[in-house]
Amino acid sequence: MSAIFTHELRSYFHSLTAWVFAAFLLCFVGIGAMMYNIQAAVSNFEYVLSLSSLAFVVIAPILAMRVLAEERRQKTDQLLYALPVSTTEVILGKYAALLVLYLVPLAIIAVYPLIFARFGEVYLPTSYGSLFAFFLLGAALLAVGVFISSLTDNQGLAAGIGIAVILFNYYSVSLSEYMSSSALGSVIALVAISCAAGLLLKLLTGNGTLGYWTGFGLSAASIALYNLDREALEGLLPEIMSALSLFERFYVFVNGVFDVKAVVFDLSVIGFFLFLSVQSLEKRRYN
Amino acid sequence: MLQVEHLTRRYGKVTAVDDLSFEISDDGVYGFLGPNGAGKSTTMNIMTGCLSATSGTVRISGYDIYEQPKEAKRRIGYLPEQPPLYLGETPAEYLRFVGEAKGLRGDALRREIEDAIEETGIGEMRSRRIDALSKGYRQRVGIAQALLGEPEIVILDEPTVGLDPLQILEIRSLISALGRSRTVLISSHILSEVQTMCSKILIIAHGKLVAFDAPEKLEERLAAPGEITITAETDAQRARALVEALPGVAGITVRADGPDRSQLAVASGTEDIYALSQAIFQTFASSGCALCELGVKKPSLEDIFLELTEGGETA
Repeated sequence: MSAIFTHELRSYFHSLTAWVFAAFLLCFVGIGAMMYNIQAAVSNFEYVLSLSSLAFVVIAPILAMRVLAEERRQKTDQLLYALPVSTTEVILGKYAALLVLYLVPLAIIAVYPLIFARFGEVYLPTSYGSLFAFFLLGAALLAVGVFISSLTDNQGLAAGIGIAVILFNYYSVSLSEYMSSSALGSVIALVAISCAAGLLLKLLTGNGTLGYWTGFGLSAASIALYNLDREALEGLLPEIMSALSLFERFYVFVNGVFDVKAVVFDLSVIGFFLFLSVQSLEKRRYN
Repeated sequence: MLQVEHLTRRYGKVTAVDDLSFEISDDGVYGFLGPNGAGKSTTMNIMTGCLSATSGTVRISGYDIYEQPKEAKRRIGYLPEQPPLYLGETPAEYLRFVGEAKGLRGDALRREIEDAIEETGIGEMRSRRIDALSKGYRQRVGIAQALLGEPEIVILDEPTVGLDPLQILEIRSLISALGRSRTVLISSHILSEVQTMCSKILIIAHGKLVAFDAPEKLEERLAAPGEITITAETDAQRARALVEALPGVAGITVRADGPDRSQLAVASGTEDIYALSQAIFQTFASSGCALCELGVKKPSLEDIFLELTEGGETA
């Protein structure tokens, strides 16, 4: 794993990728800090991070798009399969390199609250709690990006899908207000999610029967629940959309609450998407 | 060293590799020969752990490629048909990564990289970006990575495809040199290439192994007796009558006929085709009929290859 990690890290810093990413994030946070903390004289650094979280819609997919798609395009994935390194080590090595790349500008950003504290009252626990949540948010979105990158050899497509997915996650709470809260609306959404899960399973395992039956089974269970207990489904769709929002959990930290549940949720998202990425790589060996 | 047992790989309803079994236990260059689509690359990808098999096993020095992948892969160096190169890196950087991934560190890593660079002759190019190298040099870099970690078996999939004639000669001579100290398995659909480099040939067709032997033994074992072409200063009827009576004639085909000159192809039914050609010569001479041409055509390895790959014979 260490060979993959150092190779990835070296390639990021040998190319413009690391520098452009760091410059973009620093620029975004810098403009936010200038607007809020300097011009408006607001002492809450967490608001800057809240504003800057929008940058992830662009930077996370662009950073993650090449991770596996490029290997596939250049056919270097065959080298990775032939080396005495497991696919789990490949994914973890690449992901760890992404995290280090992400931590470099964050380490610089971490100095900002200390600087502002010299000129006024800054509540450092909230600032650093939010910075920690900002790191977790980025880490989770990068894991999603790595998975999307494992599905195609087209970097542009991977980035496009990544931007759409993150944008949807960013606005999911706002969109949930427009969603039907009726039991019928919820069951339709559950059937759609079940079908999507079945298709994803088929895509990852290459086993159509397993995928279709899973989708069918979950859909049937949703419809059965609808017939048995409609009250349980009322308001479920907006709840699901809100519950899946990574950004909403980050805002809890910005509001001054260190939410352990949100930490567990972010870590679960990271683990889930890295697991899917490993399965996606393994699946290619079987097809 | 390399044991392949009952290997089968299916893509849906298509069987790319069909119950393939063979064993390689000595050093040397082995040729994996077959027409395009015969299943060579699929077999090589399975042997190196890049692809799963539907059934069957592959063992490298006793280690199963699926049960003990790390141990097995440490003993293999693999160059796929398209060299898996990071084009933005220099050969030195690239080899360092592959060496580290193979578990080499410190002095051992440096020594092995130097050895591989020297063996493949890429010393002058070590600090140039790979995307600036010629195809021949890229192929050499690909071979160099396969040599890292002192693998017992080096597997090269169509290593000369897309190279110009000079580069082909260079790569062939490099592979021959590699085969002196280790086992090298190369795939190709070019018979002459395999014939010049390999001590043994595996011929595969429709996913099945149809022959596995030294080139000269394949010729001895599988070659048909051959054909004698004669051009005589007489019409075809008389020429045929002279040849027909000789022992060892399996068949006669008239290729050209005229009142003063005819051409026949005589299929030999005997192992000693030269004895038959001598008998034909003497028959024509004693009957006072001049022979303008007497040519013996023994079947080449190419004929054997075509016969095996187009037929359904198995080894």
